[in-house]
Amino acid sequence: MAQTLYEKVFDRHTVRRLPSGQYQLFMGLHLIHEVTSPQAFEMLRDRGLHVLYPERTVATVDHIVPTHSQARPLADPLAEEMLVALERNCRDAGIRFFGVGAAEQGIVHVIGPEQGLTQPGMTICCGDSHTSTHGAFGAIAFGIGTSQVRDVLATQCLAMDKLRVRRIEVTGRLRPGVYAKDVILDIIGRLGVNGGVGYAYEYAGDTIERLSMEERMTICNMSIEGGARCGYVNPDETTYAYLRGRPYAPPAEAWERAVADWNAIRSDADAPYDDVVRIDAASIEPTVTWGITPGQSTAVGAALPDPASFPPEERPLVEQAYEYMGFRPGQRLRGTRIDVAFIGSCTNGRLSDIEEVVRHVQGRGVKVAPHVKALVVPGSRQVQREMAARGWDTVLREAGFEVREAGCSMCLAMNPDKLEGRQLCASSSNRNFKGRQGSPTGRTLLMSPVMVAAAAIAGEVTDARDVFALAGKDA
Amino acid sequence: MEDSRRVVISGPAIAVRGNDIDTDRIIPARFLKCVVFDGLGAHAFADDRAQLRERGHLHPFDDPRFAEARILLVNRNFGCGSSREHAPQAIMRWGRGIRAIVGESFAEIFAGNCLALGIPCPTARPEDLAALMAACERDPSLEFRLDLEAMTLAAGGLTAPLSMAPGPRSQLLAGTWDSTAELLAARDAIAATAARLPYLGNWR
Ligand code: SF4
Repeated sequence: MAQTLYEKVFDRHTVRRLPSGQYQLFMGLHLIHEVTSPQAFEMLRDRGLHVLYPERTVATVDHIVPTHSQARPLADPLAEEMLVALERNCRDAGIRFFGVGAAEQGIVHVIGPEQGLTQPGMTICCGDSHTSTHGAFGAIAFGIGTSQVRDVLATQCLAMDKLRVRRIEVTGRLRPGVYAKDVILDIIGRLGVNGGVGYAYEYAGDTIERLSMEERMTICNMSIEGGARCGYVNPDETTYAYLRGRPYAPPAEAWERAVADWNAIRSDADAPYDDVVRIDAASIEPTVTWGITPGQSTAVGAALPDPASFPPEERPLVEQAYEYMGFRPGQRLRGTRIDVAFIGSCTNGRLSDIEEVVRHVQGRGVKVAPHVKALVVPGSRQVQREMAARGWDTVLREAGFEVREAGCSMCLAMNPDKLEGRQLCASSSNRNFKGRQGSPTGRTLLMSPVMVAAAAIAGEVTDARDVFALAGKDA
Repeated sequence: MEDSRRVVISGPAIAVRGNDIDTDRIIPARFLKCVVFDGLGAHAFADDRAQLRERGHLHPFDDPRFAEARILLVNRNFGCGSSREHAPQAIMRWGRGIRAIVGESFAEIFAGNCLALGIPCPTARPEDLAALMAACERDPSLEFRLDLEAMTLAAGGLTAPLSMAPGPRSQLLAGTWDSTAELLAARDAIAATAARLPYLGNWR
């Protein structure tokens, strides 16, 4: 019978059916970081268990690392304690650890693909909801909690229910100035932040097929923001070209065998789906969030919606968002003064994100507005090195951006990079929840990295197509 | 040893109203700088509580009338966002300890985390939840009775039907929600699965 990639990968990794009706699923790759793993190792110690497949777990440190100086000991004693705990746990268990100072260190969802650890047809989990990122390679990848991290360490397995599969088909050309970030914000805006609960999202269609791996990662990354625990793209030549030659990718002598296997796990052309959604790429605008969930978004030039236009059960949240953000229905975000601009995170902190920003900034004599604090934070040490090798860090610094060291930085508030008071931040990250960026009253506007750069330069929310004179605005 | 079966959970209830309450709100990230879960209870909903206090209002988690609550009532998509288990860990360590959460719907990772801690997260119809929330707000000492066998939540004169995925429900009823031992019991089958995955031996 014709099957989706989700079903094929799920079947291949099924160890057995559990008495509860759930499935015992083998995890091909387990990634861990400092925030959600220490308690899991503690639970193992309490129960006298050991790590069953230490070679299938890989660790890094990302959330708590400062981005201005990564000298040890870390200035924050709590952060240092978490780092020491992870170092010790990895050493004791024989787990590979890309620590502070290691060439491979970075945000867990940036380094997995970068190192070639993330491969098609795998099951991948991590105590981190944005593990959905790895689905870009045609893996079934999802976030788990700490007790499940314990399960995976002890058994390399999880007890899971099977998800339904929704195919999201995006077709046609994206207009200039419209990026992968806009595609996923648009999808979440259409289907809602809980629209994906119970589903795996399969992103398909010629628009998706034309995207680079890094763009596909941006889309899969935010599946969880739409309620879908995992999202994936079927692997193809783009996937294989990206993987070939990476440190942990299949070796040259096994390459053909790997590719044949990966081709076989693609969704069959006549596979049945539980739901299909079709989106016209040309209808997608540069998108900005205005509220406190990633679903509360609008085209950058549009007026903010009237609460009365929402179903009654949605209205309290809409009103709460207006109150928190200090915006009014009917207002346009364009022209709203910002305080902080952040380019980085596992959504948009990869080399191509920074390349696209540099491409627009370089040689134009543009400068970050004097009142804006603008940060560019590479997603990994490798991205940082490649930026430096191309002189992009200098270009960005000359334009008034601060270029930092790799880490999660201002995506969340576990390191020194935080908003203060009610600051308004144009951010390329993934969550605009209340307090997400470190100040309980801080405010976040999610958008693409190029839109963040345009806002930094204009000092206010703006249409990047105007700032950077991108052709085809009304095409 | 404590009985791990979850059949009937009773006690007063507390309502936290609102759709799409994310785990950053349940436990803000700054409280995640820890290597143990102890002490998280005091910080559940920390920023929401502080903001309401500033404006002269009281968050239910600060309201002494609800200090005895054992059952939390919520609305739609509760626990969305970050996978942090710190969120249910904080809720179960707050006050006397929340033992069950009933809502319109839950984010999946959150519900999975709750299951791993033996906290049932059944769902109820919006109109029933509205009535039950109003009942507990009227009388914070009102006794609620969650029955996972009958799949009902009853309080005062109200009895609301509940739903829950059969797998998690049967694990809670049987007391087998702590999955490590069960997963480990299939060691041979785990090894057999590993042996047929082409990538495990790096494709050799
Ligand atoms: S960049 Fe943000 S979303 Fe991504 S792993 Fe780090 S904290 Fe989480």
